Amino acid sequence: MSVLRPLDKLPGLNTATILLVGTEDALLQQLAEAMLKEDCTSELKVHLAKSLPLPSNVNRPRIDLIVFVVNLHSKHSLRNVEESLHHVDATFFLGKVSFLATGAGQESHCSIHRNTVMKLAHTYRSPLLFCDLEIEDFRAAMAQRLVRMLQICAGHVPSVSALNLLSLLQSSENPSLEDL
Amino acid sequence: MDETVSEFFRRTILKIPLTEMMTILKTWNFLSENQLQTVNFRQRKESLVQDLVLLCEENRASLNDAALLDIIYTQFHRHQKVWDVFQMSKGPGEDTDLFDMEQFKSSFKKILKRALKNVTVSFRDAEENAVWIRIAWGTQYRKPNQYKPAYVVYYSQTPYAFTSSSQLKSNLPLLGQTFETHNSTTPLQERSLGLDINMDSRIIHENKTEKERVQRVTQEIFGDYPQPRLEFAQYKLETKFKSDLNGGILAEREEPLRCLVKFSSPHLLEALKSLAPAGIADAPLSPLLTCIPNKGMNYFKIRDK
Repeated sequence: MSVLRPLDKLPGLNTATILLVGTEDALLQQLAEAMLKEDCTSELKVHLAKSLPLPSNVNRPRIDLIVFVVNLHSKHSLRNVEESLHHVDATFFLGKVSFLATGAGQESHCSIHRNTVMKLAHTYRSPLLFCDLEIEDFRAAMAQRLVRMLQICAGHVPSVSALNLLSLLQSSENPSLEDL
Repeated sequence: MDETVSEFFRRTILKIPLTEMMTILKTWNFLSENQLQTVNFRQRKESLVQDLVLLCEENRASLNDAALLDIIYTQFHRHQKVWDVFQMSKGPGEDTDLFDMEQFKSSFKKILKRALKNVTVSFRDAEENAVWIRIAWGTQYRKPNQYKPAYVVYYSQTPYAFTSSSQLKSNLPLLGQTFETHNSTTPLQERSLGLDINMDSRIIHENKTEKERVQRVTQEIFGDYPQPRLEFAQYKLETKFKSDLNGGILAEREEPLRCLVKFSSPHLLEALKSLAPAGIADAPLSPLLTCIPNKGMNYFKIRDK
């Protein structure tokens, strides 16, 4: 079983690579394009995958940040992410994994409850971001955030590490999550 | 202008509801802007219609113009008609010719006129390579009855034709023959299923092979051409409750459990076709969904074997 490990490769010079995992290719593609529009001192690479494990015979750079995209309208997308998570090594979850939930704006189309993804993110001790990727402005704002996170995770921002960022993003506002 | 043509105009225009009058006349594009401006659209309908007929006479409108107006009216009110669908099948060994709309129209008209001298045939092109054909039938001794026309809507890139008849069905076999003689075929064209060529080399698709597999499977099932336009599909399920546990409230229930699922969409089959490429469903789709065009059914009852 091929598992993604965060430090099994040497980093590329000034390169930061993000892996977006999700079933809805069109949304991932648009998010990728939005990210690449951002001004960034690092060289960005975006890998898109429907699910994990990734094909093994490919030469790919070290992955600095994985974002699992769940569409709240589709149970299929959640199930896909849940199965893909098994192919990620535990050490990745030290700040190099994030969850992104889209579709929360259209409440009537949601077949997955917010709490479900919140619980998933909590289980994996990773931040959860909400963004309606179909809306261009929200997508652009999210792309900006992801680029900043990616730079930190790739170690391109001096004196901030992925683990630092993770502890900053952990919210102590929701003690009820412990009860879930 | 002939009395009968004038009367036909009068009756056709009278059918049009006042709310649609301007839109339909503009679509018809036979009366000019200036002419339409001289008419008072707020008067009583009978007087309005009279004025419009006079304008048509001024423009020396012919029977064909009236027939065209009739087609447009029917296109606006297509839902009020009952349509039958016919699927044409190619005979063995027939060659694939290129389809030419003008040639189709002229040979269609020729064939009908050869069979029946008294017939009025009119055409109007519509969206998606479709053509609306209006046929007014006469007999050997009688002029065509313009008030009971038949309509055929033929989508040239598909083997389907829709017909609606306000008269006896006796003329349908003739229509069928007309299509056979014309030899309708589908041209071969390259059509991509919306696979965006990724221009930015910094974006790498990891599951390229999977994506290609999905595109291939979708193409195998749905083909390259636009799907027939369908708006509903309904599935009724009747099944008895099955349980591993002995006993239980539902286990002894004699009555089967019933479930109804209805799909509706402005273009259901295109929506189903785009499910797998969009990542919303796995490919291949359930045969219950993909068998709709093959079986020619969209109402299904699923029972226990």
